[in-house]
Amino acid sequence: MSDRIVDCRGMACPGPVITTKKAIEETSSGRITIIVDNEAAKTNVAKFAAANGLGAGVEAKDGQYYISIIKGTGQLAEADDRSQAAIGDTSSQVYLITQDTLGHGSPELGTVLVKGFMTTLLEVKPQPAVILMINSGVKLAVKGSPVLNQLTTLASRGVSILSCGTCLDYYQLKTELAVGEITNMYTIVETITKHKTVTL
Amino acid sequence: MGPGDLAGVLSKLPVVQNSNVLVGITTSDDAGVYKLNETTALVQTVDFFTPIVDDPYLFGQIAAANSLSDIYAMGATPMTALNLVEFPNCKLPGEVLLAILQGGQNKVAEAGAVIIGGHTIDDNEPKYGLAVTGIVHPDKVWTNAGAQSGDCLVLTKALGTGILASAARANLFPNGVMVATVSMATLNAVAAKVAEGFTVHACTDITGFGLSGHVYEMAAGSKVAITIDSAALPLLPDAVEAASMGLVPGGAYANRSYLTTVTFAENVPEAVRDICFDPQTSGGLLFAVPAREADELVLALHSAGVASASKIGHITNEGSGEIYVR
Repeated sequence: MSDRIVDCRGMACPGPVITTKKAIEETSSGRITIIVDNEAAKTNVAKFAAANGLGAGVEAKDGQYYISIIKGTGQLAEADDRSQAAIGDTSSQVYLITQDTLGHGSPELGTVLVKGFMTTLLEVKPQPAVILMINSGVKLAVKGSPVLNQLTTLASRGVSILSCGTCLDYYQLKTELAVGEITNMYTIVETITKHKTVTL
Repeated sequence: MGPGDLAGVLSKLPVVQNSNVLVGITTSDDAGVYKLNETTALVQTVDFFTPIVDDPYLFGQIAAANSLSDIYAMGATPMTALNLVEFPNCKLPGEVLLAILQGGQNKVAEAGAVIIGGHTIDDNEPKYGLAVTGIVHPDKVWTNAGAQSGDCLVLTKALGTGILASAARANLFPNGVMVATVSMATLNAVAAKVAEGFTVHACTDITGFGLSGHVYEMAAGSKVAITIDSAALPLLPDAVEAASMGLVPGGAYANRSYLTTVTFAENVPEAVRDICFDPQTSGGLLFAVPAREADELVLALHSAGVASASKIGHITNEGSGEIYVR
């Protein structure tokens, strides 16, 4: 067991929480005392401890807060599992969909494939962050789309479905958009530049 | 500044009377409205802040969308804008400033308005925003003070941008951060346009005082009480998770301590309460419309691509700004 003191006075949000996170990760077992100088930071650090299944005792002295967190070896493994799970659930994967069928060849087969693709996407972890629709790809996000249910489910799980506004205009489908939001080329370029993107 | 600090200072200034001022500083509204003649009133607003995202171009877009939002919240059309820039010339390369201004200019152009000038100051930390001028028919101004008993509230964007900005600084929750960024850079133009076809009794946009703070301004200004359905609130992905682990900005705590008329049902989770007080950047519009029109408005907003639009509560009775979150 070791005692560790972490001074987070003068730090702006979310500094105290990040510093606490690091200290907890670095400490195998023992007591960690976090010192903060405002109530918001105190509450946030206590929330962070609670979210990781660790109890926190708070002592107020001269307008400063001393938060004691005790970490046992069992709690360490649990906290690590949680942070791993959190990472596993999210990703920054982006799909750029450029047509309303999947692959080149028979359009009929392409429609079957795009349906299979979107249905499978629902099962895959981590889920994508953003699906961008351009050119005839926007037809997948409008009323009557064969994959509307799948896209609606993805949207409800927090996946951004963004359709190119120029493309919706071209196909005269702007009023038919049934899932997600309209976007522009700037956002599309920003998104695919910054994140791992698969083009279909 | 937090709502408490600001109200304390503003109360010390004398109020200047002018019969052409349709909306002034006394009613905590989004923008000022000045009547030019029988058919046209000027709508003016200004807002600027420190970078909320790392990317300068996106920051410019978000700052502009945020500044323009106040014009839409008054039911007006943006016409012109002036840049307000503070920039550390010695510390950051000029390309950063160019990217910020390009982002702002493109967003203003998307709104159909034009930037016709600006002012720059050398400062340690970059800050950017715009003063925007719009026009509206004097009889068609949406204020935050017209909500009536029996109205429903419709919110057009998901909540949690402040919490996710904290998450971004902590390099956590990349998915939620990205969705929040896209949301903040989205204009409220489409939402306002759609709502023009409905009976809007009151409108405001959700920004620094959080959902609770702006609902309070609407409730107090309209002399009513408001009930919010917490389960109906549109939330950004990861917002609840980020709030639960303490990524709650200081402004949320300031809002919470100022807003003493908000009460929560026991079963509303702590993280959702945090989100109710979370300061929003470029948040959604909040409309008070007659209950019979509310579902149709939400449907019309969804069809127009405003996917997060949700009916989040209703006006219960006459009151003085009481808010009950159940």
